[in-house]
Amino acid sequence: MEKWLQDLSDQFKLNFIDGDRWKWLLEGFENTLIITFFATLIGISIGVVIAIIRSTYAKNSESLKKRGGVGFYVLNVLDKICGLYLTVIRGTPVVVQLLIMYFIIFESSNNSTMVAVVSFGINSGAYVAEIFRGGIMSVDNGQFEAGRSLGFNYIKTMRYVVIPQMFKIVLPTLCNEFIVLIKETSIAGYVGIRDLTKAGDLIRGRTFSAFMPLIAVAIIYLAVVVLFTKLVGKLERRLRSSDH
Amino acid sequence: MKKFTKVLAILMVITMTACLFASCGANTGKEKSDSITITEGKLVMATNASFPPYEFVGDDGEFAGIDVEIAGLIAEKLGLELEIVDTEFGSIIGGVQGGKYDIGMAGMTVTEERKKSVNFSDSYATGVQAIIVPEGSDITSFDDFFNEDGSVKDIKIGVQQDTTGDIYVSDTVENGGVGADHVIQYKTGNDAVQALVAGKVNAVIIDNEPAKSYVASNEGLTILDAVYTEEHYAIAVNLDNAALLEAINNALAELTQEGKIAEVVGKYISD
Repeated sequence: MEKWLQDLSDQFKLNFIDGDRWKWLLEGFENTLIITFFATLIGISIGVVIAIIRSTYAKNSESLKKRGGVGFYVLNVLDKICGLYLTVIRGTPVVVQLLIMYFIIFESSNNSTMVAVVSFGINSGAYVAEIFRGGIMSVDNGQFEAGRSLGFNYIKTMRYVVIPQMFKIVLPTLCNEFIVLIKETSIAGYVGIRDLTKAGDLIRGRTFSAFMPLIAVAIIYLAVVVLFTKLVGKLERRLRSSDH
Repeated sequence: MKKFTKVLAILMVITMTACLFASCGANTGKEKSDSITITEGKLVMATNASFPPYEFVGDDGEFAGIDVEIAGLIAEKLGLELEIVDTEFGSIIGGVQGGKYDIGMAGMTVTEERKKSVNFSDSYATGVQAIIVPEGSDITSFDDFFNEDGSVKDIKIGVQQDTTGDIYVSDTVENGGVGADHVIQYKTGNDAVQALVAGKVNAVIIDNEPAKSYVASNEGLTILDAVYTEEHYAIAVNLDNAALLEAINNALAELTQEGKIAEVVGKYISD
């Protein structure tokens, strides 16, 4: 047992203390958080816009068509573009998207973190869009009609009646998407970014021991996800208080 | 929720400990067997097949290259069947050490650090670290990475992750590198070269022979005459497996004497 403990502490020293290797992990953790944070912002922005377009089309296309005019055609084209975006993004692996962004689309950019933020943001946007659309569609139409009958216009009805209810519905799935995203960023190493996983890999490549770096990386991801889940749980409880 | 987290934490600790014991068990278990390899009759070689001409995937989809052919000859001598596993370069030594692969052969340079984790056979080839730059680049030697006052210029150097090129250049300036902030590590040498072509890095430091292949297949790149370091390639074998190490060294000596090593090398490298 004593030898085992000694081994463990030697391994710990070799992997984290020697050559200040813990700094790689810290730097990697920072990059992972930065990429996830900004990618989430981009993802939610894209998601909201697309969800509104798609749900508006789904709910109003019939009546708009009857009424005639350009409105229907504009909405139709926008809906088709969004559909194409969803198909392409959800139909291709995110690693491939990242490599395409890095080596082809942003070929002349040297800021690889920015490239990663954009690709993960665009990727996440597709999933968030469908989450939001599902949320908007699941709010009972009677709620919308009630808002309109109170004299709210379309935007106000959305803003004060539909979206708050939708938010509560989508929160668990949205949290899920964030959890997926933070772990998905672990492929950023493919384009030379030192994220958390890459930091662990770099340590592994220098100390040739797998256990410590990999477990450390796993624990850090787990800790972030557990913490985040707790915060969302709190928020959900707070939101539920309006149910009574 | 709280209970759940607690249970999760306990589960995690149990799994981790189990892993640790399992890895210890694997090492001791192997020594008892008579076979000098992990699976009887098989020689499992770990490599990273994006390192021409030492190892790469040929047009026919099969592994090819100097290391692959030499390993084939060694396996033949030992009466074993060669099985090749293509993995990340950085995982090879860990895998050999952990008893996952019999040998690691990937144009691998003998270094003191690596010797702590694996045994190396006699060297079967030598390589140098070369610097690849775009044609017409200001960089003409390693010294050009630095300003006159000795500080590192605002440049990025691309390398293949965990190779000696990476480890040397990522080191601090005092230790002969340029510091990790000026290095971008890619998964394969090819990715690093693609980044150089796109202008994302100013130079790539990689072993000389792959460098030649990369430069030949990408226009507008050139290898500097000034080399970075010289080194010896050898086969990595588990520290506890002295029998296999000896067998490989004997096979290598015989093959060298028969002129077969030179034949294989000559087939891929012509100066």
